[in-house]
Amino acid sequence: MTQSRFQALVIPAVLLLALAFLPQFGTRFYIYLVSLILIQGLLATSLNLLLGFGGMYQFHHAVFYGTGAYATALVLTKTGSPAWVAFAAAPLAGGILSLLIGVVCVRLSKLYFGMLQISLGSLVWTIVYRWYNFTGGDDGIHGIPVPDAISSGVGAYYFTLAVTVVSLFILYRIIRSPFGMTFQAVRDNPVRCEAIGVNVRVHQLIGMVIAGAFAGIAGSLFVTVEGSVFPELMFWTLSLEILIMCLLGGWFTFFGPMLGAAVIVSLQTFVGIYTEYWTMVLGIVLMMLILLLPQGVLGFFMERWIKISRSEEN
Amino acid sequence: MLQVTALQKSFDGFMAVSDAHLHAAQGEITAVIGPNGAGKTTLFHLITGQITPDRGSIRFKDKDIVSLPPYAICRLGISRSYQVVNVFDRLDVFENVRVAVLSRQRRSFNLFANARRMAVKETREILQTVGLGDKAGRISGTLSHGDRKVLEIAVALGNRPELLILDEPTAGMSPEETEIVLQLMRRLRSEMGITLVFCEHDMEMVFTLADQIMVMQHGRTLIQDRPDAVRNHPEVRAAYLGDDEC
Repeated sequence: MTQSRFQALVIPAVLLLALAFLPQFGTRFYIYLVSLILIQGLLATSLNLLLGFGGMYQFHHAVFYGTGAYATALVLTKTGSPAWVAFAAAPLAGGILSLLIGVVCVRLSKLYFGMLQISLGSLVWTIVYRWYNFTGGDDGIHGIPVPDAISSGVGAYYFTLAVTVVSLFILYRIIRSPFGMTFQAVRDNPVRCEAIGVNVRVHQLIGMVIAGAFAGIAGSLFVTVEGSVFPELMFWTLSLEILIMCLLGGWFTFFGPMLGAAVIVSLQTFVGIYTEYWTMVLGIVLMMLILLLPQGVLGFFMERWIKISRSEEN
Repeated sequence: MLQVTALQKSFDGFMAVSDAHLHAAQGEITAVIGPNGAGKTTLFHLITGQITPDRGSIRFKDKDIVSLPPYAICRLGISRSYQVVNVFDRLDVFENVRVAVLSRQRRSFNLFANARRMAVKETREILQTVGLGDKAGRISGTLSHGDRKVLEIAVALGNRPELLILDEPTAGMSPEETEIVLQLMRRLRSEMGITLVFCEHDMEMVFTLADQIMVMQHGRTLIQDRPDAVRNHPEVRAAYLGDDEC
């Protein structure tokens, strides 16, 4: 038990150290790639709060990511506000949109919840896609004036790393909190939860607002790294991709979605160099996942790990 | 403490409960009996707010609780267990009960404290009371049927109820396990002062344990009275108990 605890502390510590020193030996390309992985990993982790720990089929999570990105972009380009306002606007916008969509959707049961959410999310996408003189329409917004300190590749990387680590820490605490424990009970059995005095819908709504806010934060990080926004950030195909990240990494584990993001973003980048049919590779990966690793990669290893440590105890 | 009057509920034209009456006095054990499909479970669902009645009244501590949502009814002091085991399968035994305790302590909205340090004492006490103390770390989905039924009761106790409604607490249990639950129910009444309402097919258990027995048939209450009066009621004998039971 102490050994597995030791491992549980050492592996993230080593990983974090490696990430901290990456700009010293990594090329620009890798710094950029890892930034993207961190952003999408944070996005997937925020989705997984609902999916894996709340049992809620949040099918269109990218909307909150895009909303966060646009919030930061619009504040930076259209107002003279200081930069921190732009970055605070992202979780705020993501959270508020979550609340609005949540109030409408949360009374519905699982699948209908997801379906209605796709429709409402697509509505938001349509508005952003068409509203040329405010959001830039399908062109998006480019050349966003990100503060100098975090606008270079390395600066953006460190900013992304710091914000991601802090965000993951907060999300982890939330999952371990009384709220998080109740949320997992709601996932396992909403009917029983009502019977033990838990107002299920309010808990689900709070979960949605939290997840939406952190998706918004991920969106603002995208603005930092990329310096631009476009409607694809909230298109439903991206929602599908982050859903696959959660399933691939292991949706009943906390770090699974981050691992899933690393795999998918890397595949996307490297396969994309050789062929434009990268989605075909994604399809094959997904089929193998469903057939071979229904618990996801991390879920699979955790299960083995638990089995090994159990047999050692006996 | 609980007063159910002329309760009625139909599903798509099927009258599940047509005229149910039930009263449970403070500190007493009340049994609800009747053949399968008599409407016992529906009656429990109605009392705990999982479904809303078409007609009739349910009063708990002189307060009308009809049309309150289940979580609000629970907070007033009514807990229940389910006929089919209905717990949190991915959580371990300890966490199953802790969730209920946290809910009662109104701490389920706390986002940042560490839940592992909370409600430990009370949860442990409940597990000791029901005899699951040594299985606290097991994932509830892996427990035996008997233990899961007991966990059902333990989760319900996490809310520190005044009225506990048990839907067939010993269904599918071995005679030894049944005896343990029987003792447990007695202790809940005598040591914790909990008022109990339960339904059961095991007539021996019903007649040894209950202070009051309510007999249901086709969604109607035939009679509610003391066990000996129920035993001698002609309509009950004819309709339900049969000759071999007496």
